[in-house]
Amino acid sequence: MAPPPGPTSTAAASARTVRRRPARGGARLLDNRNVLGLLFMLPAAALLVFFLAYPLGLGLWLGLTDQLIGGTGRFVGLANFISLAHDSVFLLSIFNTVLYTVVASVVKFAIGLYLAILLNQRLPFKSILRAVVLLPFVVPTVLSAIAFWWIYDSQFSIISWTLIKLGLIDHYIDFLGQPWNARWSVIAANIWRGIPFVAITLLAGLQTIPPSLHEAAALDGASSWQRFRWITLPMLSPIIAVVMTFSVLLTFTDFQLIYVITRGGPINATQLMATLSFQRAITGGHLGEGAAIANAMIPFLIAAILFSYFGLQRRRWQQGGKD
Amino acid sequence: MAANTEDQEGMAYLQTLPRRLVTVYLPLCIILFVLLFPFYWMATTTFKPDAELYDYQKYNPFWVAHPTLEHINKLLFETSYPDWMVNTIIVSVSSTFLSLFCAVLAAYAIERLRFTGAAYVGLAIFLAYLVPPSILFIPLAAMVFKLGLFDTEWALILTYPTFLIPFCTWMLMGYFRSIPYEIEECALIDGASRLQILRRITLPLAVPGLISAGIFAFTLSWNEFLYALTFISSSENKTVPVGAITELVEGDVYHWGSLMAAALFGSIPVVVLYSFFVEYYVSSLTGAVRE
Repeated sequence: MAPPPGPTSTAAASARTVRRRPARGGARLLDNRNVLGLLFMLPAAALLVFFLAYPLGLGLWLGLTDQLIGGTGRFVGLANFISLAHDSVFLLSIFNTVLYTVVASVVKFAIGLYLAILLNQRLPFKSILRAVVLLPFVVPTVLSAIAFWWIYDSQFSIISWTLIKLGLIDHYIDFLGQPWNARWSVIAANIWRGIPFVAITLLAGLQTIPPSLHEAAALDGASSWQRFRWITLPMLSPIIAVVMTFSVLLTFTDFQLIYVITRGGPINATQLMATLSFQRAITGGHLGEGAAIANAMIPFLIAAILFSYFGLQRRRWQQGGKD
Repeated sequence: MAANTEDQEGMAYLQTLPRRLVTVYLPLCIILFVLLFPFYWMATTTFKPDAELYDYQKYNPFWVAHPTLEHINKLLFETSYPDWMVNTIIVSVSSTFLSLFCAVLAAYAIERLRFTGAAYVGLAIFLAYLVPPSILFIPLAAMVFKLGLFDTEWALILTYPTFLIPFCTWMLMGYFRSIPYEIEECALIDGASRLQILRRITLPLAVPGLISAGIFAFTLSWNEFLYALTFISSSENKTVPVGAITELVEGDVYHWGSLMAAALFGSIPVVVLYSFFVEYYVSSLTGAVRE
């Protein structure tokens, strides 16, 4: 940990610069923390301000205009939001997004934690196993989504074929043609994509829990469920908060899987807020309305971030301090 | 290290083998099967001739009876796939290096120079990390149009850093923190300037961190879809993920063989890179979350 720069260090630095014969003004200036810091921040700050902070503000403004793609817009106040409030497709997309996020996140967390605990056991070829588990996360989502699209094909689905051969069903499942089937199908694909991230990051957290805690509890007669509930879970809770925040953020704003597998269909049953805003803004050309839909996601995202922030606060308690 | 691994194994020795088979190996095998099956399906479909692809009565779909390179041939020589590959490589490599350059300087300034207000800038970087592309792509599209970058590689090279720089900076800040400050103090006393310290001391020590951040940034930009879909319109400028989904589907006719070949070939470069640097990749993934 770096010592905090106090008044003494700056005083010493200025004394040194006075005593030393200045060879070049520029070189001396570069030893000043603030000047050099500003200079170093410049490239990153320029890119982030121009391509991140400015568009963020521009997006908020676009949501209040009726801008068309390639045209100019007029300020219309909250008209976009008022018309959206009566737009059944938009309301359906909120329902879909919340359902998608809640179900997928809960299942991802449950299976991810289970997989992390399994991988934390004594296993042969552990590092290879860990590398293999992460594959769905590494492979481009769009490309694995294409594979899911094919797996969910109405005539040649391998899942339907297998189930028929096993005698469990008697006709092919229409995975993407029926609203609820389509919803569960895309949720399943999202879970598949998200499990590795949850499992590997939680595994890293599990490895920091000293086994002696488990041994001590076992000697005291704790069952494996009790050890999980009262040792593993509390020790893991800060990292769970962070991982799940990222997972919720990514799931809530998901676009790729839906765009590839269903394009929001059938009859908008899988339309998420992100895909709807793309459809209205880019395909339909109504930038203003699309931006309003995207902006409607922001309150949900802020709620997720606050959740993570308060989750992180528990660290103090973990390190032996007061809650 | 040996003592450590023994420590890690904890109380596993208390379990008998049959019990472990049911509680550990069986669920592990099921999960692994589900996680890997789509890749197997991708690969078998790529090598199946059309006759086998659409006939499950005569051929078992789980196996390839007569492997063929027909789909790969079609993909490589009858579509713009090689162009997309080149575009993806150019865009990913340039945006990764641009982001790494910016991130190294920014992380060093925040973590080591500790200029006035560095803590707030660090927090701002973390918040920037949380801004999803889904709420940025519409205003960015408007900007890209205005700047005349629409349908050029520059539109992607300049916008990818919006998610790469926050990630790389955050990661490198953590890495710089792990390098003892005393080394830099020694160099300062010996009369080295800040720039010399960064170039001669901190950067060489931070090479593993740079590799981690670089690999992760490269795969992130290789996988990016929304910006590439929005900012690129002509076929020869597309990236692999966008080209595969927009150009290989002709109306209602899905060429599953070529589609799967496109998915397979688009995945191989990242998977190869990943397999060489698994440890770096995992450390950047877990490090970014743990900070």
